[in-house]
Amino acid sequence: MLEIRDLHVKFHNRDREAVAGISLTIDDGEIVGLVGESGSGKSVTAMSIAGLLPRKQCDLSGDILLDGEDLLHAPRSALRQIHGRRIGVVFQEPMSAMDPLMRVGEQVGEVLRIHTGLTPAQRKKKVLEVLSAVELADPEGVYNKYPHELSGGMLQRAMIAAAIVIQPSLLLLDEPTTALDVTIQAQILELLKKLNAEKGISMLFISHNLNVVRKLCKRVAVMQRGLLVESGDTKDVFFHPQHPYTRRLIEAIPTRHGKETV
Amino acid sequence: MKYALKRILTLLVTMLLVSFLTYAAFEVISGDPAEAILGTEATPERLAALRHEMGLDRPFLTRYIGWLTGFFSGNLGISYRYHQPVWELIGPKLEITLCMCLVSFIIIAVISVPLAIWSYRFVGGPFDWIRTAFNQLCMAVPPFFTGILISWLFGIVLRLFVPGDFPDLHTDFGAALGHLFFAAICLCIPRTAMTVRMMRSTVIGEMQKAYVRTAISRGNDRRAVLNRHVLKNSLTSAVTFLGQTMAELIGGSVVVEQVFGIPGLGRLLVASISTRDYPVVQTVVVILAFWVVLAGTVADLVNQRIDPRLRLGGDA
Amino acid sequence: MKKKLNAYLLAGLIITGLLLLMTLIGAFHTPYDPNAMDSLAKFQHPGGSHIFGTDNFGRDIFSRVLKGSGTTLAIALATVAIGAVFGTLIGALTGYFGGIVDDTLMRLNDALTAFPSILLALLVISLVGPGKYNVVLALGLVFIPSFARVTRTAFAGLRDVNYITSARLMGASNLRILAVHMLPNTMRVLLPAITIGFNNAVLAEASMSFLGIGVTPPDASLGYMLSEAQSMFARAPWYALCTGGVIAALVFGAGLIGEGLQKMDREVA
Repeated sequence: MLEIRDLHVKFHNRDREAVAGISLTIDDGEIVGLVGESGSGKSVTAMSIAGLLPRKQCDLSGDILLDGEDLLHAPRSALRQIHGRRIGVVFQEPMSAMDPLMRVGEQVGEVLRIHTGLTPAQRKKKVLEVLSAVELADPEGVYNKYPHELSGGMLQRAMIAAAIVIQPSLLLLDEPTTALDVTIQAQILELLKKLNAEKGISMLFISHNLNVVRKLCKRVAVMQRGLLVESGDTKDVFFHPQHPYTRRLIEAIPTRHGKETV
Repeated sequence: MKYALKRILTLLVTMLLVSFLTYAAFEVISGDPAEAILGTEATPERLAALRHEMGLDRPFLTRYIGWLTGFFSGNLGISYRYHQPVWELIGPKLEITLCMCLVSFIIIAVISVPLAIWSYRFVGGPFDWIRTAFNQLCMAVPPFFTGILISWLFGIVLRLFVPGDFPDLHTDFGAALGHLFFAAICLCIPRTAMTVRMMRSTVIGEMQKAYVRTAISRGNDRRAVLNRHVLKNSLTSAVTFLGQTMAELIGGSVVVEQVFGIPGLGRLLVASISTRDYPVVQTVVVILAFWVVLAGTVADLVNQRIDPRLRLGGDA
Repeated sequence: MKKKLNAYLLAGLIITGLLLLMTLIGAFHTPYDPNAMDSLAKFQHPGGSHIFGTDNFGRDIFSRVLKGSGTTLAIALATVAIGAVFGTLIGALTGYFGGIVDDTLMRLNDALTAFPSILLALLVISLVGPGKYNVVLALGLVFIPSFARVTRTAFAGLRDVNYITSARLMGASNLRILAVHMLPNTMRVLLPAITIGFNNAVLAEASMSFLGIGVTPPDASLGYMLSEAQSMFARAPWYALCTGGVIAALVFGAGLIGEGLQKMDREVA
């Protein structure tokens, strides 16, 4: 359903290409992991799918096709119909990714306001549904809260709720668990798995943490310096890494007895 | 509601402090009021008699409390120069100055926010430097200079008002307001430019924040991002700035009143300073200080309505 | 990390530089005696032998503007110097050492900055009387708090930065840390503050003299001249226009420099 072909991204104020020609596909209902260190180009890849790159400040080439429809060169007005409706995005730090002055319920329902003709009452009903779908206790209470009144884990659930409230076909997750502590991380991963199984939403999960990716994704792609160095079935990549960079990443995963390093 | 009460309590304490400090300062500055009234050649007996009559032989704190109750009950003593009760002297002039500052404030508040949003469109564009230069120019032209030009153009040439002949505020409110309007324009040009500049850089800063990216990812267009998210987030700093503007307007009014011949508080202040009419100066200073502190408090309260984070306890 | 001279800074430096140069020349030589009256040359239009024209006494306005801007500039610079030096001193000490002194001084500072600066200056003048040195004293005192606040924040921000901590560990004295390690790093906030302070000083001095409680004759500053000019605006509008124009140009130039400095700072960051 999503197909990236030979994507290049170069920012005008940088010498090196941030993304130097990568190709990647995501099938219906699949969760694909994209791993790499910071600066490897994984976030830029996600941002170019979501159309969040400042087009005036970078050169783009290649194709990004969502169900055969071009995303990379489409006019802004066409993209706005896709953003939120067919692609939902969840960002790294929920606290800063939410508007601090808007009630959580309203932010979750914002996609509905933009893309549907639902009345406010209908919107509220849908938002309450989706808030309980992401396993938030007391959806009614959360609806009326401001972001600073919720914990990081609760906020990230609300962010996920906001991204899936309209049932998009693709969910982009840009390091959604990095800013959370380990137990909350595990809960969020469980939630994502459940959403994938129940609603069949495809996901692109971006992380620098291979361990997290291993728990969630069936397929994984490894990026280094703007290039895809290895991709395939998660198990294969883990047990038979072909590229030295992948091997180094796997070795860096803390073992059960070792200490956790970031 | 709790935070509002707390803030108002802080306001009262600040006012008390300000009035006390001012009173104490003038106690030191002004020397012996009895001597100021009678002149240096008065006999010691007459001085002592007047001191007793004015209550100057009482302890300092008693006199302060007496003065403070006088401030609120309208009994503030007699002006040295005009030999008239201070309140009677100040009252009508205060009305005029407050009217002018309010007119000016409303103009600033109403036009600077839309202007800032509009000017945001030029950010990074080829004509941005023109906007910046114009903005700097507006801040550079002193209000008394624009005042001279405006009172000449609208007063002498177009005869829309008579400079120096201020209509009575009560009997001829419309004409008085018209007169004040032209003065208010001079006052608000530099301040509007400053507000626009401040607001614009706030909007630029807010546009970099992560929640803007989220809003775009949901399919908001640029206008919706600005109007639904960024504007509200930029508003708190604008409100604070507008609160301070109130104070600056009072300062600026002193000069503009001189140019337009408006018999306001500022002119009284200048006249009283040059004649060392301390009871008047003291009262005007305390009134202006109250006005400034009050404006700051109102700004804080408005901000707490806008930003729920500011409602969490603590001294705002 | 290259510091590039931008257009605002350049334009501001050119305008300010030209005005400074003119004023400097005016301090030693003016075309006419600024106070010499000439009953034959009253209300002369600009141009010819008097490029800015003459006033009701036949005095040469260009010469008067040169002298006046000299007074205004001298007062503004002296004021900013007082404000910046004492303000930075207070800001450095309170920001670096913190504690109760810091708290109380800053509270006092908050209270003071809430007042319109011209009001405070007027109060000082009411104490010490008008005159150019008293104006410098009044405005200088009034400007100390704002400089103190700006620098205090900068110094406090630097207090726990790594290289300061390591300098302290290496045994550098507090004075050395403040002067050698911290002061240069506060320039990026101090320089724009100086340009803003300069503008406020020019405008405040002009306002006070305009009101007749600033510079007193025979000294003439631009503000005082503008109040003269207002009374004869109908007959000699060029007097007010030239005087007001020079004030505006001074403030405009310094404003552009400030704008440029901030832009440079943003681009480096």
